[in-house]
Amino acid sequence: MEWLTLTIDGREVSALKGSTVLEACRVNNIPIPTLCYDKALTPAGACRLCIVQIEGMRNLPPSCVTQVTQGMKVETQNEKVRNARKTILELLVANHPLDCMTCQKLGDCSLAEYAYEYGVKGQEYKGEKRQLPIDDDNPYILRDLNKCILCGKCIATCEAVTERNVIGFAYRGFQAKVSTFMDTDLKDSSCVYCNRCVAICPVGALMDKNMIGKGRAWELKKEEVTCTFCDSGCEFVINSKNGKVLGVTAKSASNGRPLCLKGRIGSDFRYNSERTDKPFINRDGEFVQVTWSEFLGLGNIVEKINSLTK
Amino acid sequence: MTNSINEIPNTKAMFVIGSNATEAHPVIGTKMKQALAKGSKLIVVDPRCTNLAEHSDVWLRLRSGTDIALINGIMNIILANGWEDRAFIEARTEGFEETRKTIEKYPPELVSQITGVPVEQLIEAAKLYATAECAEIFYTLGITEHVCGTDNVKSLANLAMLTGNLGKESSGVNPMRGQNNVQGACDMGALPNVYPGYQQVANPEVQAKFEAAWGVPLSPKNGFTIPDMFAAATSKNLRALYCMGEDPVITDADANHVRKGLQSLDFLVVQEIFLSETAKLADVVLPGASYAEKTGTFSNTERRVQMVNQAIKPIGNARTDGEIICDIATRMGYPFEYQSSAEVMQEIARLTPIFGGITHARLGTQGLQWPVPTIEHPGTKFLHEGKFSRGLGQFVAIDNQLPAELPDKEYPFLLNTGRKLSHYNVFTQHSPSLEIHSPEELAEVNPVDAKRLGLEVNEVVKVTSRRGEVKTKIKITERVPVGMIFMTFHYFDSPTNELTNGAYDKTTKTYEYKVCGVQITKIA
Amino acid sequence: MEWLTLTIDGREVSVLKGSTVLEACRRNDIPIPTLCHDPELTAGGACRLCVVQIEGMRNLPPSCVTQVTQGMKVETQNPKVRNARKTILELLVANHPLDCMTCQKMGNCSLAEFAYEYGVTGEIYQGERRNLPIDESNPFILRDPNKCILCGKCIKACSEIQGKSILDFSYRGFDAQVGPAFNVPYNESDCDFCGSCVSVCPVGALVEKQMVGKGHPWEITKVQTTCPFCGVGCNFDLNVKDGKVIGVTSNPEAPVNGKALCVKGRFGMDMIYSPHRLTTPLIRKDGVLVPAEWDEALDLIASKFGEIKKNYGPDSIAALSSAHCTNEENYLMQKFMRAVIGTNNVDHCART
Repeated sequence: MEWLTLTIDGREVSALKGSTVLEACRVNNIPIPTLCYDKALTPAGACRLCIVQIEGMRNLPPSCVTQVTQGMKVETQNEKVRNARKTILELLVANHPLDCMTCQKLGDCSLAEYAYEYGVKGQEYKGEKRQLPIDDDNPYILRDLNKCILCGKCIATCEAVTERNVIGFAYRGFQAKVSTFMDTDLKDSSCVYCNRCVAICPVGALMDKNMIGKGRAWELKKEEVTCTFCDSGCEFVINSKNGKVLGVTAKSASNGRPLCLKGRIGSDFRYNSERTDKPFINRDGEFVQVTWSEFLGLGNIVEKINSLTK
Repeated sequence: MTNSINEIPNTKAMFVIGSNATEAHPVIGTKMKQALAKGSKLIVVDPRCTNLAEHSDVWLRLRSGTDIALINGIMNIILANGWEDRAFIEARTEGFEETRKTIEKYPPELVSQITGVPVEQLIEAAKLYATAECAEIFYTLGITEHVCGTDNVKSLANLAMLTGNLGKESSGVNPMRGQNNVQGACDMGALPNVYPGYQQVANPEVQAKFEAAWGVPLSPKNGFTIPDMFAAATSKNLRALYCMGEDPVITDADANHVRKGLQSLDFLVVQEIFLSETAKLADVVLPGASYAEKTGTFSNTERRVQMVNQAIKPIGNARTDGEIICDIATRMGYPFEYQSSAEVMQEIARLTPIFGGITHARLGTQGLQWPVPTIEHPGTKFLHEGKFSRGLGQFVAIDNQLPAELPDKEYPFLLNTGRKLSHYNVFTQHSPSLEIHSPEELAEVNPVDAKRLGLEVNEVVKVTSRRGEVKTKIKITERVPVGMIFMTFHYFDSPTNELTNGAYDKTTKTYEYKVCGVQITKIA
Repeated sequence: MEWLTLTIDGREVSVLKGSTVLEACRRNDIPIPTLCHDPELTAGGACRLCVVQIEGMRNLPPSCVTQVTQGMKVETQNPKVRNARKTILELLVANHPLDCMTCQKMGNCSLAEFAYEYGVTGEIYQGERRNLPIDESNPFILRDPNKCILCGKCIKACSEIQGKSILDFSYRGFDAQVGPAFNVPYNESDCDFCGSCVSVCPVGALVEKQMVGKGHPWEITKVQTTCPFCGVGCNFDLNVKDGKVIGVTSNPEAPVNGKALCVKGRFGMDMIYSPHRLTTPLIRKDGVLVPAEWDEALDLIASKFGEIKKNYGPDSIAALSSAHCTNEENYLMQKFMRAVIGTNNVDHCART
């Protein structure tokens, strides 16, 4: 393993040969905004938000696909870099719905996070906005392609499970969108609702229907659990608010595991706050909650045992 | 304060003397305005037209330094009209007859001549204050920063006792302490004559108690007060000074005298958060921590001990003042081994009866008002209910006294000093936003004087006294009377205390910041 | 004190006579949305979001200005009530900028909170929107009248808490807005910048300028503390993000001041990060103060104090303690002088 030394924002850091500038920054707690990057996926260089200035290079290279070299001099926050990032964000927000007040993603939305940091209101470029129908016909995923920023992460994560491969880019230019085969709704596609795509989406384009309207990201307590339905051991998140479990969501597909609907629904059932620990029996057409010993017809078994030992 | 801040909105009359509450104690100022909205009467005694004076029922624009005559005059009127509280005087006080004789020497006409306040206004003020169902007196440094500061305060006590406006809810005598923890620094015995909780160093029993607690012999001799220190330093009786969180060069009167004292020291240590004027003279400067960087308590002007909670780590290589003191003590062979400031508070509670029931855990988010003698005690909302600390309230006969230095031919203007809303003492200029908002001194000069001297708005003038000179921008306003110039002491570029007089009250050693003679001259 | 019993959403509750229906609900943890209500201010009944259905009353009365009566039957969440509230919110959002991504208030915005709860996107009523200039005239308060929902709380805070009455409504109908007389910017008005208006604003019309862009409410830790700027002893919350103080907000539980503060307490905290802060010990060498290590500085002080005490006696050393430092630190300072040095030469600026 060969180590290289480079300078980032005037600070000397070491990075492994073969790592990218973005990785070198992340390892050293130097913040770089990204929308299309995920460390489990192949870098795409799609969003260009991670651009930096590197001495001797023309233009501003995207740090996620630029490898470090010995003695490299990188600037991550100078005016030129920040202005370029701001323009990218302005263009994205220009064609993004502004219903943040009711958007379930707000608080976890990367676009909103960077818009806040860079002061982007979407007023700079006025133009046409997409008016695509919202795909709401299935019970699991709310898909609003008007909010999609075309980062491609959902496609990449779906492709990572060979037998799935449900979505891909379709159309060109302003019409470009993420689409199922023949551009159907998810319910008519081969989608199995594993929600890998939902877990990785940086904006409100793909959302878990389970959570809509139940609470804002900042009000939720998130607890990570490992699924026990099969031996894959996928990770899920139990979301609760004011001590009450609201729903289970897929955490991340990042560790090479498939994720599945069964695991999520099963976990949701398991951690459901409505779940009771006592059984019901049907008495005269009405369900009545009873004790386990009554349910199992064991009655006063403890007393009986006690009387026998005497 | 004998009362609590939240009793203010319910009082029926407010007698505000030598206090610019809306600027120096802004939130108390708002409570006073809330009282006004509920129908309270307001009497303001001040040579300057403060914001409260504009809202008052009667504004007594007295000549600076004639407070005692004015208060005696008001008491004279109260007695003449039979507005005094006989029952209170008989049951709760002593020494009234003697004081009455002095008061009788101050008939309204004479008082009007001394103070410059019309007789009708004196009568109106006396009536509003004495006949209200409950009434609070408020004073600040306009009363105490005079050579007769102690006597000014005693006069106000006389006035309150005469009318029985003491020891009740929304009724009392309320000095508003200037600095955030000046009350606490006094409570903690950062004074040369008392241990924590005002226990006298000269009292052998007290001395024995602290010797037992601290395990070393202690001195029974009162130490130097601040003015003594600079004199002692100049005469080489004082060799070293350890100065924590104070900037006497800027804040003490007669800066040149102070500077001379500090320069005569063999060794000066300054512990500060900024490189103050005093720190610039130091042999060693230690970086302390700001309020956001430490945990402890402040005591406010209504005796409420409240938590200061650490939010961030000290900036850079700075340390909290408590840690620094402990480290020096330990290095000098007396280990100060406290795990936290909560543990220091436990020791304070053990040794200080008025803090006996205070722990950090009990203070929580609401604090406690001392005296809190025991762990069950709920704290004390107002003082002197039913009984004064000394038993009966003592009337003291007091005569009017002149300031140490009045304007004369050479220095014809009276310099009055105070605070303004947008700044606090000498370090808020380090706040970028306050600095943008209020960047410089704007000394107040009356239009008549400005015209006579040919001064324009925003003109920079030279102000000189017998002790020094400063340059300042001016503002032309009728808030100050003819013959007065008013300056704050907040600004690095106009260090007003170069000018002020180092004369002080004989009891409290408080400088007479409020009156001295100066000359104003055009620069160009 | 007389207690009355009433039924709210089928639940029997008791409250003091003279309480409002809103107070009865709040005391019993029954949620009612409000925009113009604040317990420190007089009730206005302006926003109508707190409407409820009360048996025997016509229309839907606003609960903030309706007193409870014995036996009253209140419903707070039925479809009629919720639909009325939703319509009110639709109308408000219809004329509200949708720059929530960058709005400093997001996360603390009552309008967004209720829009989320009631599913209001602002698309039902399309119409004209205000386009008023933003007031950035001063370093403390950012005022965007386009976001104002005309609840009137800032007006009341200015007159009832602060006693200043700088703000009021002007114009009528669609043009109605809140501002100082003649609609001048804040810095040209008689405003004291106490920020009470900011502390009660339910939306992003009035925000702390220093905090803009520094962090969202959900990223902030609030630390209650006591103000260091005068003897009143106001309490407030230091807002901390990533180990840095980014601003001050009112803490309604503050025992002395409630939500009220002054310009210094609310906005002067940027002093903490002044570039003039001392960050390392300094020792005078050859007449100049030069940076030094703590050990060197403290050893020098200990040995100098020891030497002077030995040669000239303990009374040759004095200390100035501080009215800016904590009680604990003042205690330590006087104990240090008395027990370690052996003198009562300790005083502080008690008189200013």
